[in-house]
Amino acid sequence: MLILHCPYCGTDADETELAPGGEAHLKRFGPGSQDADFEAYLFARENPMGVHFERWRHANGCGKWFHAARCTTTLEVFGTYSAQTLDPPQEIRDAITAKRPGWRWRDFA
Amino acid sequence: MGYSAFKVFWQGLTGNKGWQPAWREPDPRPQYDIIIIGGGGHGLATAYYLAKEFGVRNVAVVEKGWLGSGNIGRNTTIIRANYLLPGNQPFYELSLKLWENLEQDFNYNAMVSQRSILNLIHSDPQRDAFARRANAMRLSGADSELLGPDEIRALCPFLDFDNARFPIQGALRQKRGGTVRHDAVAWGYARGADMHGVDIIQNCEVTGIDITDGVCTGVQTTRGPIRAKKVAMCAAGSSGRVAALADMRLPIESHVLQAFVTEGLKPTLPGVITFGAGHFYVSQSDKGGLVFGGDIDGYNTYAQRGNLPVVEDVCEGGMAIMPMIGRARLLRGWGGVMDMSMDGSPFIDKTGTQGLYVNAGWCYGGFKATPASGYCYAHLLAKDQPHEVATQFRLDRFRRGAPIDEKGVGAQPNLH
Repeated sequence: MLILHCPYCGTDADETELAPGGEAHLKRFGPGSQDADFEAYLFARENPMGVHFERWRHANGCGKWFHAARCTTTLEVFGTYSAQTLDPPQEIRDAITAKRPGWRWRDFA
Repeated sequence: MGYSAFKVFWQGLTGNKGWQPAWREPDPRPQYDIIIIGGGGHGLATAYYLAKEFGVRNVAVVEKGWLGSGNIGRNTTIIRANYLLPGNQPFYELSLKLWENLEQDFNYNAMVSQRSILNLIHSDPQRDAFARRANAMRLSGADSELLGPDEIRALCPFLDFDNARFPIQGALRQKRGGTVRHDAVAWGYARGADMHGVDIIQNCEVTGIDITDGVCTGVQTTRGPIRAKKVAMCAAGSSGRVAALADMRLPIESHVLQAFVTEGLKPTLPGVITFGAGHFYVSQSDKGGLVFGGDIDGYNTYAQRGNLPVVEDVCEGGMAIMPMIGRARLLRGWGGVMDMSMDGSPFIDKTGTQGLYVNAGWCYGGFKATPASGYCYAHLLAKDQPHEVATQFRLDRFRRGAPIDEKGVGAQPNLH
């Protein structure tokens, strides 16, 4: 059972309480952007083997969206954090670096 | 060395001492015409048809682990051609036709068993939808028929017909659907490709794809660089990782799909049965175990194992249509990493890099597609033109607003 800590209501929620929302920190390209950028924003995914930043919704709980940093090979959770941010906060990056020295994902190191 | 019933008989009399390895274990040569990345079902089938049908024999299949260590050995072995859309159905019908002649074609016993597939109907609108699907199937030359509850009662008396929530009102049947011995498919294609001169190089991980001025010139591997005129990615669940070596992002996420098998039982199920109101499909293996599966876990993972909520969900689906399954003990469960595309349909296409090709995005349905995927990919690689039944499996279909939204079976079928 995957258990994530909801940063809004403070509950440690089982995955049965949660709804996955896919890759986080996608940069939105809307009207007026290049077709290729818009397509990549909608469809292309990093799909990393290892550290993954992703969106979750505490659907059967407080209902809020939040972000999680998780390893897609070991299913280890590095931490969860507010969705009201464009980049992973420093303490999340530090937690990942402590366990995965030298990790890279997009431009976050 | 050809296999025959006489040979099996003769070897039995002489202590089975005369069997030879089914394929060579060559060292990589410095250069090939075509390198296929991924020695699973689709990669081996591609190599086989390239050599046999299209006359391209200077081919290598490079595989990170051992041959067939991925989804070709981790699926529920179902074959069928019961799709709806014109972009899909002719392709799967070609696949079924290739399955029907496969064992004679590559001289290997893959235990192709056309024991039929039943898609159960639980409501009036669903019957309408399945009638439409049955007609679409016939347009491609496939067989289909609609059964009423009485006919299903005669075939499968153990189903929960009068379930209060999901009563069984009929079924869409394809008699030519069935199951295949999945490992034997990989072994048969590997042996067939090898006999036609293809080098199958196991324990050889691709660590880089060489691209110079927009032209792909070869790959870097753990067993040294190999040059090639064309490089064909065919890595299923690891497609994203392989594409990343060429600085590509694909419209694919990797998810785990679990499958389960019970203890061996006496012959019980007449064929494949699928639940129409939930996601559950079951068949019986020749050893007697009930092989069944359901939904993906729902979040990105490369771990070949899943979590318990989906185990419960799948078993609930089983109990809803055939309560007797609750009396069988679960023997094993396993997971395979699926390359879930954004619309549930695959890609067999060129990429933006000259000489680099992609075959990916098979979602839950890669096994049944193995022969046609190999055939169409080989066609594309040999002739640089898509096969006529695979013209819509394009990488740019999302940009063109032309996804193949077959009932929305992908991880996020264009709804995210």
